[in-house]
Amino acid sequence: MTEVTSPATPRALPRLDLDAVGAIVLAVVWISPLLFAVWAAFHDASGAISFDLSAPWTLDSFRTAWAAAPWPRYFLNTTILVTITLAGQLVLCTLAGFAFARFPFPGRDVVFVLVLLQLFILPEVLIVENYAMIARLGLFDTIVGVGLPYMASAFGIFLLRQAFKQVPKELEEAARVEGCSWAGVLWRVYIPAARPTYLAYALVSVATHWNNFLWPLVVTNSVDTRPLTVGLSLFGAPESGVDISVISAGTIMSILPLLLAFLIFQRQFVQAFLRVGIK
Amino acid sequence: MSTSATITQRRHALYGWMLLFPSLVLLSLFAFIPTGATVWASLFTRGTSRRPSEFAGLDTYAHLTSDPVFWKVVTNNLLYAGVSIPLSIGIALGMALWANARIPARGFVRTAYFTPTMLPMIAAANLWLFFYTPGIGVIDQITGLFGFGPVNWLGQPDTALWAVIAVTVWKEAGFFMIFYLAALQTIPPELREAATIEGASRWTYTRRVLLPLLMPTTLFVLINALINSVKLIDHLFILTKGGPNNASKLILYWIWEMAFAYFDRPHAAAMTVFVLAVLGIVAAVQFRLIDRRAHYR
Amino acid sequence: MTNFFSRAALAAVGMSVMATPAFADVNLTMYYPIAVGGPLTEVIDGMIDRFEADNPDISVEAIYAGNYDDTRVRALSAIRSGEPAQLSVLFSIDAYDLIEQDLIVPFDDVVKGEDGKAWLDSFYPALMKNGQIDGKTWGIPFQRSTIVMYYNKDMFREAGLDPESPPQTWDEMVEAGKALAGDGRWGLMVPSTGYPYWMFQCFAIQNGKELMSSDGTETYFTDPKVVEALEFWRSMATDSKIMPEGTIEWGTLRQAFLEGQTGMMWHSTGNLTAVKDAADFDFGVAMLPKHERPGSPTGGGNFYLFKGSSDEQQDAAVKLIRFMTAPEQAAEWSIATGYVGISPEAYETEALETYTEEFPPALVARDQLEVAIPEFSTYETARVREALNNAIQAALTGSQSPADALADAQSQADRLLQPYR
Repeated sequence: MTEVTSPATPRALPRLDLDAVGAIVLAVVWISPLLFAVWAAFHDASGAISFDLSAPWTLDSFRTAWAAAPWPRYFLNTTILVTITLAGQLVLCTLAGFAFARFPFPGRDVVFVLVLLQLFILPEVLIVENYAMIARLGLFDTIVGVGLPYMASAFGIFLLRQAFKQVPKELEEAARVEGCSWAGVLWRVYIPAARPTYLAYALVSVATHWNNFLWPLVVTNSVDTRPLTVGLSLFGAPESGVDISVISAGTIMSILPLLLAFLIFQRQFVQAFLRVGIK
Repeated sequence: MSTSATITQRRHALYGWMLLFPSLVLLSLFAFIPTGATVWASLFTRGTSRRPSEFAGLDTYAHLTSDPVFWKVVTNNLLYAGVSIPLSIGIALGMALWANARIPARGFVRTAYFTPTMLPMIAAANLWLFFYTPGIGVIDQITGLFGFGPVNWLGQPDTALWAVIAVTVWKEAGFFMIFYLAALQTIPPELREAATIEGASRWTYTRRVLLPLLMPTTLFVLINALINSVKLIDHLFILTKGGPNNASKLILYWIWEMAFAYFDRPHAAAMTVFVLAVLGIVAAVQFRLIDRRAHYR
Repeated sequence: MTNFFSRAALAAVGMSVMATPAFADVNLTMYYPIAVGGPLTEVIDGMIDRFEADNPDISVEAIYAGNYDDTRVRALSAIRSGEPAQLSVLFSIDAYDLIEQDLIVPFDDVVKGEDGKAWLDSFYPALMKNGQIDGKTWGIPFQRSTIVMYYNKDMFREAGLDPESPPQTWDEMVEAGKALAGDGRWGLMVPSTGYPYWMFQCFAIQNGKELMSSDGTETYFTDPKVVEALEFWRSMATDSKIMPEGTIEWGTLRQAFLEGQTGMMWHSTGNLTAVKDAADFDFGVAMLPKHERPGSPTGGGNFYLFKGSSDEQQDAAVKLIRFMTAPEQAAEWSIATGYVGISPEAYETEALETYTEEFPPALVARDQLEVAIPEFSTYETARVREALNNAIQAALTGSQSPADALADAQSQADRLLQPYR
């Protein structure tokens, strides 16, 4: 982890005081479920529950978990889902954000309020009718069908509109003078200027859709479309008598990619949020 | 108004609508039309092979509100929101202050706080299931060391919802922390130094300087938390399925159950209308606040 | 690690290529649930592969869809969105709802003649009851269970009980439970999440009363014998203290038993193989104890045929069902899970004969079929069941008295069933 901003002052050295102890204790508590999962995954069920430090370490649970479900397929499905959802969001929200930021037209504000309403009409709340809609469109049990309702994201439109609004008019005018079309202006001036917003939004979107469950549960029906979360819920359905070690192994396998990505891009993550700021 | 200006205006309007078109189509398909369809569906009875669907007016609503489960579920959800929102925001703020302070192992601390956000709720629920299992669960083993007997956290009406809330807070706090952390980074350290020179205690500084400065973030996080208190029900599928005896059932889970387990679309629709109405009120209040803040700028 | 991921990616690509169905004249889709432990999807896949090898013109896509409720949701979602399944394994007690929604066809109309009749008669009658409605057969048994009592012989010995004579009556069970309980361990656990109504049927029938009429329109929750049954269940936690208070989780119970948390547990026989594979102590399996009479409901999943298939698909679907329920497959499935072999012939196969000789507990569930009753099922079954489940949980957690809780459930059931009477 790197320092983001810490102006060096003479007292800038880490101190182990009450704050530090509190922070570290809370951190340990917070990460304990994950630590327990790691512990459980590398032991058999009895060893995991008994906390017997001498219990043998084993990879059996990973083998069992890996063999028990088509994980590679689930990974692929989730990756495709996250990718197309994000791609759709970036395109649609860019266009809409650009329109709201730069093209005044009668009725624009009304439309904008309508768009913001979608922040509150959650896709999750409308699962029943959205499911009917997806079925009507013939997209039931397709990955596109899982991602589609999220592509016109009010949050994304709102963020990009804010970002585009902060781009100085002079830049746009300069580009226009040089003979750029509107598309060119968008591509050369606005999108580069809004990069931090894009990054922050992308990170949030990926994390959200990687972990989304209820909607995919309703609209996916087969191994070919089922994302990781739904696969994991089937794999660990309490009815089947959960084996803590195997469940933990499965859980760790399914969160590893995202967790690693976060650890690697931690700095960008925080900085992106920092730059966007919540306006 | 010169003609060229009018032409430019018209062209801009055309561009605007064209750019908005794809988003508006999708928003119509997956937000506005379904909302209308939900209202419509709530006005008819359920059709089966023996009895076709017929117009019922507001009967479904009357039937819904006369169902004790409805009140149970609404109360549960209010409690769920009322406890998990302030708790997760409070903890998030504390985390952010700590993760922003100069302490050893700061990287680890930040990462630890944020980790739950990166877990799918389903995965988290699986882990917590084994924390809560009576007797052999982690929590009971720890409390057992202090001589407490096993507690059936998920199996008792008094504790089931609290157990679910705990998982929610654990999952949410780290996510909100990130927003606070970002906001804290923008506060110049001179403020703190000035306050120290003035002789302000830490608590005074936090209350008089920090919290007001963080207000926009708090508002944003609050809205997020409110929305999540409606939609975050994944863990119910694993932990309690809304039991025992509806003690931990939340509104959206109940909607899912009515629609997909009981095939009772009208009741699910009526309940959805109710949720949308509440969310609409929240939205209206929120817009008013945004308007107010816009005036201050 | 990178190696691991590139292998995973390769595997995924390979699978997506292989997932394109081979050319076949008839394509079938079926959904099936698994509600007990073990990596059982492979067993099903293996059976399907054999069937496809025998019938190259038929291609079957068998989709594992979670527990019984999940599977019903998935199968019906598929039908509603225009991608129907031709057959599925669903809860044996979903029959009323499936008929009500006009989704399934009776087998009598499809398998005709002497041969068809002989086939329908080849299964254990107790397993056919749930699928026989209005004089027709709507479901064919596939993964069927009764509830049996698992007990930890080592704990029995420690407590000074005879490990070879498990308790046979309620009173004996409570006595044994008292001897076993204490020191953070319990005498008995009966799961009360997931399928509480199912476990409750045991207590009620043992007390001499069934919970519903045979035509699915009446429930008897307020019958004194039924109330008494719930009072007894509750008393094991409050009075004799052989069972923990509150509800007991269906999913983690097996683990608790394997950890020696409880001397006895009631559970589906479908868990037998999983317990056998994981137990590091000597355990036994017994029929449930009796009170007025012995008894257990049957449980589990039946094959159903959905409407809207072409004739070829329907013939192929029946062929598949006949294959999956044939004695060899029934024996294989029984050995892999602990579910009951669904026909007497299954127990005459060499595989199951050998297995039961080595492992006699595998016969307990079958022997119990003699005294088995159909699983609780009515019209509006999901919601009536939910009302009953809530009443049971309310009573077990002490938030309502058994009599009040059951009275509430009865009035809800009456309200739901009124239109069908």
